[in-house]
Amino acid sequence: MRGATHAKWAACAAAVALAATACGGGSGGGDGSGVVGSSWGDPQNPLEPANTNEVQGGKVLDMIFRGLKRYDPKTGEAKDMVAESIETKDSQTYTVKVKDGWKFSNGEAVTSKSFVDAWNYGAHLKNNQKGAYFFGYIEGYDKVHPEKGDPSADTLSGLKVVDARTFTVKLSQKFSTWPETLGYPAFAPLPKAFFDDRAAWLAKPVGNGPYSIKSYQKGSKMELRKWDGYSGDDKAQNGGVDLKVYTDNSIAYNDLMAGNLDLVDDVPAAQLRNVKNDLGDRYINTPAGIIQTLSFPFYDSKWTRPGMEKVRKGLSMAINRQQITETIFQKTRTPAKDWTSPVLGEDGGYSKSLCGDACDYDAAQAKKLVQEGGGIPGGTLKISYNADTGSHKEWVDAVCNSINKALGNNRSCVGNSIGTFADFRSQASQQKLDGAWRAGWQMDYPLIQNFLQPVYYTDAPSNDGKYNSKEFDALVDKANAETDTGKAVSTFQDAEKVLAKDMAAIPLWYQNGSAGYSDRVSDVSLNQFSVPVYAEIKVN
Amino acid sequence: MGRYVIRRLLQMIPVFFGATLLIFLMVNVMGDPIAGLCGDRKCDPATAAQLKKEFGLDKPVWQQYVTYMGNVFTGDFGTAFNGQKVTELMGTAFPVTVRLTLVAIVFEIVIGISLGVLTGLRRGRPIDTTVLILTLVVISVPTFVTGLLLQLLLGVEWGVIKPSVSSEATVDELIVPGLVLASVSLAYVTRLTRTSIAENRRADYVRTAVAKGLPRRRVVLRHLLRNSLIPVVTFIGTDVGALMGGAIVTERIFNIHGVGFQLYQGILRQSTQTVVGFVTVLVLVFLAANLIVDLLYAVLDPRIRYA
Repeated sequence: MRGATHAKWAACAAAVALAATACGGGSGGGDGSGVVGSSWGDPQNPLEPANTNEVQGGKVLDMIFRGLKRYDPKTGEAKDMVAESIETKDSQTYTVKVKDGWKFSNGEAVTSKSFVDAWNYGAHLKNNQKGAYFFGYIEGYDKVHPEKGDPSADTLSGLKVVDARTFTVKLSQKFSTWPETLGYPAFAPLPKAFFDDRAAWLAKPVGNGPYSIKSYQKGSKMELRKWDGYSGDDKAQNGGVDLKVYTDNSIAYNDLMAGNLDLVDDVPAAQLRNVKNDLGDRYINTPAGIIQTLSFPFYDSKWTRPGMEKVRKGLSMAINRQQITETIFQKTRTPAKDWTSPVLGEDGGYSKSLCGDACDYDAAQAKKLVQEGGGIPGGTLKISYNADTGSHKEWVDAVCNSINKALGNNRSCVGNSIGTFADFRSQASQQKLDGAWRAGWQMDYPLIQNFLQPVYYTDAPSNDGKYNSKEFDALVDKANAETDTGKAVSTFQDAEKVLAKDMAAIPLWYQNGSAGYSDRVSDVSLNQFSVPVYAEIKVN
Repeated sequence: MGRYVIRRLLQMIPVFFGATLLIFLMVNVMGDPIAGLCGDRKCDPATAAQLKKEFGLDKPVWQQYVTYMGNVFTGDFGTAFNGQKVTELMGTAFPVTVRLTLVAIVFEIVIGISLGVLTGLRRGRPIDTTVLILTLVVISVPTFVTGLLLQLLLGVEWGVIKPSVSSEATVDELIVPGLVLASVSLAYVTRLTRTSIAENRRADYVRTAVAKGLPRRRVVLRHLLRNSLIPVVTFIGTDVGALMGGAIVTERIFNIHGVGFQLYQGILRQSTQTVVGFVTVLVLVFLAANLIVDLLYAVLDPRIRYA
């Protein structure tokens, strides 16, 4: 049935391309003009490409922007979009050629300057862009975004406009997979209109993607419509998308059940039990590039003394991942087998065997290892989490239960709830937590590098536990300098083996994206970032 | 009268400062809000410092408070973390919540007082007992249970209403949420009116009015009800503020983007500007409602006069 739908879709796409006629199931809005109603959350930051670091804002950016590259929604492969070519001889200086004929929806042409200006803006300290570090590999970043004090330059010295369609990028170090990071929304081009009147642009952002914004009521609703002047080949298959802000995903789910909404991209945990009955095969549950782990305080000498890797390994073996993902998460999580994510694919560096038996539940072995390693520091493992969102309490309690049972001691593990996410994050990032804490990593781009370097490299921005290993760092550096992608991936895996040896963090599970949709729409899928591929949705 | 009002207005000043200071301190002790803005990764220190400077979070709390209050008096409530002016947020949120509150108040007044009069006049009869039991049920069931149940039954099962309110939040969409919001207060209004009416029914002036041969309608409305309304008006008056602030639960259930929604977001994101700004306005609403209630006493009972 699924195959049939796809065949029809392909046929329709061909028909649209050939005759520019409408295509569909016959009656109603099947002419490609139907509008999809979808749930949304209020973006946390202003909607600027380099300032958006969460899914809700990213969702919109994915609809209104196309960057040099785009990740294929099915395979995750970074494919050229606005880029005609990105060439390098030494993995350090890149020449980017922009395709001809691309426009922003206000009529401005997309040129090399659109990219260079946008990146300079994103990197500059005074613009407060939360994604500024994405430009950190470009030469001159330390001048426009110094760690302390005022910037000493206004633009990145590594960016040079050659002509209207060409620019060069010089990186501060070799980074062979750098072009593949360019699908991240932070690298989107910005029109001149943005720099002329930022406030007006923010009120109604203008991009170069398949949709343009018709209206935007902050905090409640955004209406996006298909933009006919779009130059890419992934034109919208529907007339538009209405994003409606919900305070609570269970209300969105109710609206879906009542027929007021077409798409919910986050099925509430409480409904997971009923969702199969309610929606049948209109429920999607696919892996996303998100891994959850338990992090440890390597800044605390108690956790770095010899033998502690055995304790961490023992704790890992004491967690019954299979049972917890099935009972608490209703199979919307998959027990982790390494420190990356299955969305990378075997070629991209995902491995089912890297964690080995350390990620398998074995109570007897767990107890033995913890004892051999000298026991849990202080006798009790405290797992910190934030209580305000994400129902973390449930699984933390379950993990503790599992550990307590395996170790045969009811005080081996306790949960430690922290009121708000902000407080939790501030304690974690300032190294104030003792014991373990929940950590999550959502990939920025589907590269094995993104799962390892920002989280475990010495003093990396998200290395809250201050894990450090010279061996790991050296292997990451080596992998980055590797020009051959296959070799780079396998070197990264070697680095990952160091993590396995040290049990730098306990991998818990990979998170899936879950979504449900009404029978009014079809061809709904989620990409690796668990964001719906809106442009492909068809309204019946 | 004028002096009374001025005295009351002067009393508001310390209440206003005290309340805002408390809220300010409470939001501030929750920790560093910037850390939450960057998601599960750490903000790079330079950007975090820059953001702190922009939101004034790098200064000591007392200085933040003084600056903040100074700005408030010029009508500047600061900027929320998503880059929107708090005044802009208020401009969209308050009209919605005011509408919702009005719907709720109308329900309280119309249904609450009518039921109260009805039962007060028929004390001990079956209708009185029925209403008493009903109000007891309403009072004892928490609002979110009533709200979720109505949403599920009327919205999802029977399709009478939409489970969530649209961003326009028109009055007809707000009827069910308004009823839910009003439900507990409505039960109290019914009971208050009932007791007050039942008490005053045996009062001398009612007997006099009846003896004068006034029509029953006039006796009940002009004499009995007017005198019985004082406790009810007190309750409804203070309830205005409580409803606006307490709408947080109802607004969440029905996805209404009003004050409750903004406060909820503000608290989750620890946005001091949003929370303090909204609470400041709510404090003002409370104070104004209380003043109006006090002034209404004089209208209802001419014996109460403010010199």
